[in-house]
Amino acid sequence: MITLNINTKTYNIEVDPDTPLLWVLRDVINLVGTKYGCGVAQCGACVVHLNGEAVRSCVTKVSRAVGKKVVTIEGLSANNDHPLQKAWIEKDVSQCGYCQAGQIMSAAVLLKENKNPTDQDIDNAMAGNICRCGTYLRIKSAIHLAAEMQKK
Amino acid sequence: MKQYSSKRRYFLPVRMVMVMAVITLLIGAANSAFMADNSVTGKEIPQGKSADSIASVKAFAEVYRVLMSPRCMNCHPAGEVPLQGDDSHLHSMAPKRGNDGHGLYAMKCGNCHQPENTPGVHTPPGNPKWALPPSNMKMVFEGKKARELALQIMDYNRNGHKNKAALIEHARDTLVKAAWNMGEGRKPPPLPYNEFVKVWDTWIEKGGYAPKQ
Repeated sequence: MITLNINTKTYNIEVDPDTPLLWVLRDVINLVGTKYGCGVAQCGACVVHLNGEAVRSCVTKVSRAVGKKVVTIEGLSANNDHPLQKAWIEKDVSQCGYCQAGQIMSAAVLLKENKNPTDQDIDNAMAGNICRCGTYLRIKSAIHLAAEMQKK
Repeated sequence: MKQYSSKRRYFLPVRMVMVMAVITLLIGAANSAFMADNSVTGKEIPQGKSADSIASVKAFAEVYRVLMSPRCMNCHPAGEVPLQGDDSHLHSMAPKRGNDGHGLYAMKCGNCHQPENTPGVHTPPGNPKWALPPSNMKMVFEGKKARELALQIMDYNRNGHKNKAALIEHARDTLVKAAWNMGEGRKPPPLPYNEFVKVWDTWIEKGGYAPKQ
């Protein structure tokens, strides 16, 4: 039995401790907002927060999450009203949308640690999140907007 | 005149002694110039019986081969981005060092590099201590000639403030050992781990000498 804290809820699950966290989130707990992209930590689609860090859940064993707080895109805000989520809608960032949960979760760590990021800070933070639709400029613009929203 | 001669007879040996002393001092100064470059050796690395510059330099030649192999050098880059692969190309996604060497924002080393290797080829190798050297002590290997690297490692102010004991211990560090267990598809350093420890210890125990080039 493994006990996990995900989006402030406690889950007791029967899985192999070596199971990737992503599989547990999607297949066991049915939180499917986090996406499978590459499976080898190369694309960023599966980013979730583990004690506030933007880990890639496809290569993170579920055993690493025991005793820590996991936050997925579903738990980022109570009413989908995190400044990033509002900015994403405002800037109409998504195209196909597949990578966006990972993009937002990575950006959330950036904004938590840097309230006023420059373009360079955004590049440094987001370089590991790939968007095959090429929405990078809108992502950057939305992060700037979210930073402004966050100040208010 | 007699008195003068006796003074002169007395004075000559004194002058010789002084000349000898100056020569000794000059030799000492030359040595200490080396020691200044190797400040960690100043007090702790023996320069007496166990010092052997030839054996030390010979051992360092082997140490250097290991340190410049991708498994060691890739995380001691000259720039802010780690290197990757057996060809030491810039790490994909260009993660940056950050102040503490653990990366920046959503691009911290531990976000992908787990406490252990991830199974499979082209997956992130892992270690609980995975990181670059911090920005205030970069300990660059990339591009360093053997002499430069030896002097850097023996310099307390450039080696992460390691004295002799800490340097010897560093070869036993789990992150150093990880170079020999870097996951599938990655070539290990050119010496087996135990042989590396042996030449590392020899190099330091024999005086931590730097090669001429």
